[in-house]
Amino acid sequence: MASPPELRYTKEHEWVRVEGDVGTIGITDYAQDQLGDIVFVDVPPPNSPIIYMQKFGEIESVKAVSELFSPVSGEVIERNEGLEDSPQWVNDDPYGDGWMLKVRLSNPGETDTLLSADEYEAFLGENE
Amino acid sequence: MSAGDNKQVSPQAETLLHTPFHGEHLRLGARMVPFAGWDMPVQYTGVIEEHNAVRNAAGMFDVSHMGRFEVHGPDAARFLRYVCTWDIARLAPGEGHYAAACREDGGILDDVYVFCLTPVRYLIVVNASNAPKMQQWMTRHISSFDATLVDRHHSTAMIAVQGPDALAVLGSVLGAGFVRSLKPRRCGETTWQGQAVFASRTGYTGEDGLELVTDGKHGPALWSALLDAGVTPCGLGARDTLRLEAALLLYGNDMDEDTNPFEVGLDWVVTLDDGADFLGREALSRITERGIDRQLVCLKALERGVMRHGHPIHSDGGDVGVVTSGTFSPTLGVSIGMGFVTPALSATGTRLEVDVRGKPLAVEIVPRPFYKRPKKV
Repeated sequence: MASPPELRYTKEHEWVRVEGDVGTIGITDYAQDQLGDIVFVDVPPPNSPIIYMQKFGEIESVKAVSELFSPVSGEVIERNEGLEDSPQWVNDDPYGDGWMLKVRLSNPGETDTLLSADEYEAFLGENE
Repeated sequence: MSAGDNKQVSPQAETLLHTPFHGEHLRLGARMVPFAGWDMPVQYTGVIEEHNAVRNAAGMFDVSHMGRFEVHGPDAARFLRYVCTWDIARLAPGEGHYAAACREDGGILDDVYVFCLTPVRYLIVVNASNAPKMQQWMTRHISSFDATLVDRHHSTAMIAVQGPDALAVLGSVLGAGFVRSLKPRRCGETTWQGQAVFASRTGYTGEDGLELVTDGKHGPALWSALLDAGVTPCGLGARDTLRLEAALLLYGNDMDEDTNPFEVGLDWVVTLDDGADFLGREALSRITERGIDRQLVCLKALERGVMRHGHPIHSDGGDVGVVTSGTFSPTLGVSIGMGFVTPALSATGTRLEVDVRGKPLAVEIVPRPFYKRPKKV
């Protein structure tokens, strides 16, 4: 699956979609494929602060747990409650139904430091 | 995203061994991982899909990495009795049994499966991770017996075919009469395309099925025949979730050399009343008198979250044990695990907390196993 060009990416394989001062956060197709069957997504509830490049949650696949790192700073507005019963949405649709958090950005300039889709793909290519 | 406390150790520049099916795994697009020195498939399409194939139809596993040794000679049974906790002398040709091999102090060196092929020829299957150790250890002890140890590890291939449809599919490939003749824990030999195939009605998934051993060069043809017959290839990921649902022990996780058989519920593979001398006998007798300090129990999560190997177990804020195996159960839809607790807290129904990286996970002790296959009507 190609990385959508409108998103920005981290080297930790998270993405953010910025619309106004709201960022939507998820993990990339590469990440979900590496993890395998996802069974539990543990992310903070609304009003929680999250910080750029700091751990904001955990994701469990059948095989292992991984930490999630935030591509942006801000305050959680909404989390994807659907993932509670259907964590496999992260596998099935990582850039759509598998989103994790919507965040009110406190420092929109941070996204300039993130990778573009092309840069992220090049990064994946280097690491294969 | 970055791997947390369960990350795979990647041995840099280590030369990994290949099973006879290595090419098949690559051809099927399996994700390969290092396991006990072998390059093994962890999954082909996905752990849950493969898990469900075994629970609902038939799946097959490359288990060639497991150590296989034959013991030949007039003293074969006496030698195996000496190195195993269970009374191997009880096996008639065509029968097999699970056992432990213990140190003098009762610590478990390995858990093994022993098959009697003829009164002078036995097969012992050991864990991949313990194969070099067990070979050394058996070689050391066999010298005082009229028997020889024959290493069949690298010359043969081994496939486990498991699931409710496994016997029917195997019958279509190997011959229905032969497959039907194998009762649970029984074994036999047949030929397929002119090559000898050993088969036993055993497995590590909680499902019915057979484990097959054949010549290494011949293995891939048999693998392809099973694949063509509709058997789903399954990796180590599904093997772990399946065995844990069946509450089968994994050496290195649930037991090691500092564990005795009674702590992990293996009383049934320790024979003390036959008077035979075997390694660990004195220590194990003493333990039956003295009792055990910890007991392996089955734990089921009462809420979301996944327990893993090494997580501490708490009760009333105090440390009372540790999780030895933990995963997400595809069949039950919650996390399950096994762990050691003090005997006073080992009763079914006891509520405990697992410390999942600082977060409490409510769990309950449940009867063993988590999953039992439905009886055929």
